Amino acid sequence: MSLGRRDFLGLAAASSVTLLAGKSLANEQQLPKECKDACAVLVDTAVCIGCRKCEWACNRQHNLSNQDMAAFDDKTIFKIQRRPDDKAYTVVNEFRDPSNPEKPYYTKVQCMHCLDPACVSACIVGALEKLPNGPVVYDAWKCIGCRYCIVACPFQIPAYEYDNALTPQVRKCTFCTERNLAEGNVPACVEACPNEALTFGTRDDLIGLAHARIKAYPDRYVDHVYGEHEVGGTSWMYLAPADFKNTELPELPPDRIPPNTENIQHAVFKWFVPPLALYGLLGLIMASKPDKENEQEAEK
Amino acid sequence: MSAHEIPVPIKQQYFTPGVKVVFAVFLAGAVGVAYRFLYGLGAVTNLDNGYGWGIWIAIDVSCGVALAAGGFTTAAIAEIFHKEKYHVITRPALLTAMLGYTFVGFGVMIDIGRWYNIWHPMLPDMWQGNSALFEVGICVMTYVTVLYFEFFPIVIERFKSRVNLPAIIAVLNKPIDGILHIADKVLRKIGWVFIIAGVVLSFAHQSSLGTLMVLVPTKMHPLWYTHLSPLLFLISAIAVGFPMVVFESILASRSFKLKPEVPILASLARYTPFLLGLYLALKIGDLTIREVWPYVFEFSTESWLFMAELVLGVIVPMIILSIRKYRRTVGGLFTGATLVIGGVVLNRIDVFLVAYKPLYQTKAYFPSIWEILVTAGCISALILLYRAFVMIFPVISQPEDEVAGRMDDTSVKANFSKAR
Repeated sequence: MSLGRRDFLGLAAASSVTLLAGKSLANEQQLPKECKDACAVLVDTAVCIGCRKCEWACNRQHNLSNQDMAAFDDKTIFKIQRRPDDKAYTVVNEFRDPSNPEKPYYTKVQCMHCLDPACVSACIVGALEKLPNGPVVYDAWKCIGCRYCIVACPFQIPAYEYDNALTPQVRKCTFCTERNLAEGNVPACVEACPNEALTFGTRDDLIGLAHARIKAYPDRYVDHVYGEHEVGGTSWMYLAPADFKNTELPELPPDRIPPNTENIQHAVFKWFVPPLALYGLLGLIMASKPDKENEQEAEK
Repeated sequence: MSAHEIPVPIKQQYFTPGVKVVFAVFLAGAVGVAYRFLYGLGAVTNLDNGYGWGIWIAIDVSCGVALAAGGFTTAAIAEIFHKEKYHVITRPALLTAMLGYTFVGFGVMIDIGRWYNIWHPMLPDMWQGNSALFEVGICVMTYVTVLYFEFFPIVIERFKSRVNLPAIIAVLNKPIDGILHIADKVLRKIGWVFIIAGVVLSFAHQSSLGTLMVLVPTKMHPLWYTHLSPLLFLISAIAVGFPMVVFESILASRSFKLKPEVPILASLARYTPFLLGLYLALKIGDLTIREVWPYVFEFSTESWLFMAELVLGVIVPMIILSIRKYRRTVGGLFTGATLVIGGVVLNRIDVFLVAYKPLYQTKAYFPSIWEILVTAGCISALILLYRAFVMIFPVISQPEDEVAGRMDDTSVKANFSKAR
């Protein structure tokens, strides 16, 4: 997206104080557009103006419902809290801080691209994969449609094409892997954001940036980078003006999720020793002499 | 007594009024299945992006696997521990397991969106050793094959030296009979491989089924979220094995107007209180260590269901089956067994559906009428097939003297005596 357009869209929203804040904040640290590994996005909900351009860009990028841009200008949609689904990989919702209810703020939600994703651990055929540079991607060709990923995701993100009878897919944000992030491209939503509420970069840099913003504007942000530690860390992270409890983002512990089951699985099947040992033991019992005493034992 | 009983095909009329009702339910379920394959999961189920799994997974698959545990538990006691008197119940239990697991596979196929990819877990480049579901999938696929091998000797027994194909294909009689004879010899030699494999595979996937929801720590009710879940699933599956045999055996004898094998069944049911006791101890220890007793007594829907599981499904049958007087009556056995089965079914539904809380759904999942019909249809199909199998194959044992008069072919008897 050209700078001219971005400026134009920015000016259109110039009445917002947050815009100016966003501009200045983004300039604090020049982040490389190109990032070959550990790509991440920082969502600054204090800067987001709820314009839903990211939704439009995502819709266009992935040929979802192919609505035109005007359809995404509808602000009445904020009356209900929406969730991403198979026809919208990202949605923006409006929230209010109870202590400052006049001023709404907006949270864009999509796949968080966890560092250790539960969906990837769940997948029976490896159709979901965490790429080294960040994205969690899906291979429909492998998928059997068991929907364990939907059950497993702590953010309730994977959406299923329940209405497709023959070739249903699991649908979710792809982190725009198909745009080839390694070659200096950014995700469509990041590119479309007129207010730089979305910052794309390496995860380490963005964590640094997030904490720098909190430090620089302590009254504007709650001291919590959502996604830095949640479920072991996510590739999408959030800053917010108030406690994250006000938003739809769930309160989650810092522990990675997959070790819960992987530790059990790998202990029980370590080198196949336990099952083979059981086999051997049962074989020995079976080979030993039949227990004739039992013949008389039946209750009469 | 067992020594005088031999398995024979049951010669009775297939359709009775009761069977016709079951057949009607089966037909309704078949319509549901057709509807699902033509119009997709969205058209027939109440599933959504919050509730990814419904009763087809919680009942058809998860309860199906647990209730087929009679197969490996009786095989273990009769064949591995050589408690010979239980041979009379191994065949019905094996048949239930074989049909049960076949329907588990079918249930999975109905539930998964890309059913034609069901074989993908077998491809080495798609193996996913981190997934408990992969483990379940591989083990169930292997075990269902093992069960076919375990059942095959019964097919051989029925048809060996009696292959009689009609008309033109009659030329195949000799070759097929030859194959059966060779298979008979081979299976007699290596049958033990499958019997032990069946037990090991069952241990593996019964427990891994309990591992599935351990991956969902943040969306599970604390009463059921425990790392002990795989062990609890395994022990409860072993515990429900014999009650399932008791339940079916009593129902089958009622249906075919045979005398129930009370002494053998009572003898088998002696083990159940110990297994239930072990399960109860683990459950109590688990609640104590995780400090979640307050949830048991908060008198919410969850706490009532949890108490029902433990009191009606574990403690009451433990008492009934511990008391000799009750254990040796058909009524006592049947009540005890039914309660254990009910407890396990409730537990599986609780773990997969009740305990699971999606983040944003305002309405709890409840199965659609089609989901219920398909599940009922699958159970009906299982009953109908069971009935057909025991009429075709020598599965259910009957007293030798009663059978002698009715038997149309003494070779069945001869074969059986040889096998034993």
